[in-house]
Amino acid sequence: MTRFNPGLLRRRRRREFTLRALGFSALALAALMLFLLIGSLVATGWQAFTQTHIRIEFPVSAERVKPEEIARGNYRALVQDAMQAALPALPAAEARKLSSILSNAAQFRLRDAVVADPSLIGRSVTLTVPVSDPFDQLNKGLVLRDTPEANRRLNNAEIAAFDTLAAQGLVSRPINWALLTNADSRFPELAGLRGALVGSFYALATCFLLAFPLGIGAAIYLQEFAPKSRLSDIIEININNLAAVPSVVFGLLALAVFLGWFGMPRSSPFVGGLTLALMTLPTIIIATRAALIAVPPSIREAAMGIGASRQQVVFHHVLPLAMPGIMTGTIIGLAQALGETAPLLLIGMNAFLTAAPATPFDASTALPTQIFLWADSPERGFVSRTSAAILVLLAFLAAMNALAIFLRARFERKW
Amino acid sequence: MTAAAFLLLFIASLAGWFWNRHAAAAVWRRGAKLHSLPAYHGASSALAVAVPGMVLILVWLALQGAVIDWLVLASLPEAVAAGLDGGTRALMRSEIGSIARGQVFGTPEPWKLEAAAYLGTLTQTSRALLFAAVALASAFALFMARRKVSAAFRARQRVERILHGLMVLCALAAIFTTAGIVASLAFESARFFSMVPFTEFLFGTNWEPQIPMRADQVAGAGAFGWLPVILGTLVITVVAMGFSVPVGLFSAVYLNEFASPRLRSVAKPLLEMLAGIPTVVYGFFAVLTVAPALRSAASAWGIAVAPNTALAAGGVMGIMLIPFIASFADDALSAVPRALRDGSLALGATRAETVTKVLIPAAIPGIAGGVLLAVSRAIGETMIVVMAAGLIARMTINPLDSVTTVTVQIVTLLIGDTAFDNPKTLAAFALGLMLFLVTLAINVLALRLVRKYREIYD
Repeated sequence: MTRFNPGLLRRRRRREFTLRALGFSALALAALMLFLLIGSLVATGWQAFTQTHIRIEFPVSAERVKPEEIARGNYRALVQDAMQAALPALPAAEARKLSSILSNAAQFRLRDAVVADPSLIGRSVTLTVPVSDPFDQLNKGLVLRDTPEANRRLNNAEIAAFDTLAAQGLVSRPINWALLTNADSRFPELAGLRGALVGSFYALATCFLLAFPLGIGAAIYLQEFAPKSRLSDIIEININNLAAVPSVVFGLLALAVFLGWFGMPRSSPFVGGLTLALMTLPTIIIATRAALIAVPPSIREAAMGIGASRQQVVFHHVLPLAMPGIMTGTIIGLAQALGETAPLLLIGMNAFLTAAPATPFDASTALPTQIFLWADSPERGFVSRTSAAILVLLAFLAAMNALAIFLRARFERKW
Repeated sequence: MTAAAFLLLFIASLAGWFWNRHAAAAVWRRGAKLHSLPAYHGASSALAVAVPGMVLILVWLALQGAVIDWLVLASLPEAVAAGLDGGTRALMRSEIGSIARGQVFGTPEPWKLEAAAYLGTLTQTSRALLFAAVALASAFALFMARRKVSAAFRARQRVERILHGLMVLCALAAIFTTAGIVASLAFESARFFSMVPFTEFLFGTNWEPQIPMRADQVAGAGAFGWLPVILGTLVITVVAMGFSVPVGLFSAVYLNEFASPRLRSVAKPLLEMLAGIPTVVYGFFAVLTVAPALRSAASAWGIAVAPNTALAAGGVMGIMLIPFIASFADDALSAVPRALRDGSLALGATRAETVTKVLIPAAIPGIAGGVLLAVSRAIGETMIVVMAAGLIARMTINPLDSVTTVTVQIVTLLIGDTAFDNPKTLAAFALGLMLFLVTLAINVLALRLVRKYREIYD
């Protein structure tokens, strides 16, 4: 006995519209968050990809550097001399103090130049050296000139001196290659990712060398040879659960077993790689099994039919056809491992080290732990360095995922 | 020298491969009918060299350190060795080790220098012995394998047997990992519970682990009740789920039911990007952007918010979990049979009514499984909370306050100096054990839900 009721229909349509609107705004919210995340990183990080430098002339007087002991000359004083010469309008003592405009690295650059060419003694040499962090921030507009002097990191005299140098055209802002080629440092203007990149490379290489063969072997056994038994069931359930164990628990395992019981070297990329391999193993096993299932039975049957043994079927026919899928899964697993931080913190890969590791057994940081270290540093300059380091990490992840997508598109076959 | 041993092993097994393959081929050329192809004869030899050699090297490397330590400590003069307990012995060992590496501080006693020199020679000898042992073993294996080459030798069966064994070992690696996790957590936790009573840990409402490491340090008395810590974890988890469940669920519904294929092709990779961002990046985002924004928004409304409020950490964790929940819900909705959807639409239901009255009730077990997996993720998530949540444990459920979590405590207790005979360090393992058990229980439940649900419609 229901009659047509326009009010009911309107209500139903309104509900339809509400659900649609809610769904769309949820998606839009997710997109907005991604945009905010990337946007805030780019907004703070882009400036770390350039670094303010000053071209300045260093008079190398024979008084400060004895020709017989070149490496042990008083280069600090030479840098102060140079600043005194560059700012002739100021009283000498004040001008010498302003050598703080230059990075701490200036004296070492100068020493290296003089050691390389001892004939410089008695003459002068022009070098382009990075400026220290506060002045770099000033040049990038991050230290605001109109804040009251008491609340500013630089006083008026310092800013005036920097402006004098800038007016002479000595200040430049080239691309900051040091971000990639320097190791870590307490001074933001000198800190770079070299140690972290090398450490991450070693850790990922160890992870790959271990997890790839182990994962493929386990997957082939489980998919192709394992009898339907209790043990196979247990292994299966175990792998699925292992994939969901929190990463920090793997760190505890590494700390207790690898470092505590086996006495492996602390902070080393090798131990980090071992830990990451255990975490990546389930990913590779699951991906490999999916790739093996995708190979059609006709291939197996044809090989069996011409007399291949079961292992010959797998290793000569099924595995090569499954390889693109396996590689894709492995690369995605490695990309996850590259961004993993917590287990590496527990095995001490967050040490402050000013040199890149020479072997996988030396103490080192990795990219994500370096980001964590920099994020914790109080110096202002490290905020944009952290964002820049994250952008570098994201670039690597994007490249790896792009490679995986390319492999899938190029080599995967549909039957 | 160790690298040289590996290289030697590699060369020897390569030589075995070529030698036996060549020999088998020669047998075949003389007119005999081989049972296995020459390549299998080669592979049989290569495996016969490589597998035992690899085991030898690994066992040697695992044992070498302990044996050398024992010999060095045994060589110490009576008067010194008598007064050593565990801690000072380890300290002495590392001092001797650093002297042997050439890092000499001050003027060490002559017996230390002697011990360091002894350590140096022992290490050298061990390496040389390893190389010699690998060389001998490889040569022996090579000749034994070479003698086996004959027309009747079932080389293929042998190779396949060895490969099968190796694959079983690979599959067991996952079991070994789980066993290692359980063993290490249980062992260290047992030591913790021998110092702190189990009931105090489980039911205590006070968590102040900063106890003195040395007698002369000033620090708290120490209290190890985990309730405030797990409460903080739950607060952050609830905040995260409160954000991610509706957003993820509605996104999935929209993508599954309403979105055009073009929007789908844009939105799906977008969600995958959110899923692929490392957690340390989310943590920095929380500190850099979200926490200050929340604070200024709250102060504009006149609400006091702690600098590292649970809202910031939980909210950012929620962003991280959106793609996770969306993909599980999407799978669950797609798995509902077409007939249910068509039937509902044919009865005149609108799309929205189909979604809310038919699809979601049918998909609820799958969705619930996904949400549970997300909860387990949130409980175990580390970097976001380490960077954005607090350090001090409080019995509070106010998300505006600063709370701490299980994972934060694990990381802060273990960063820096770690001595394994201290309840402060061992407490981290007890927390780790609880974390492992809780997440394991949730995961098992979730996987069972998802699987059972799949079976219904398969």
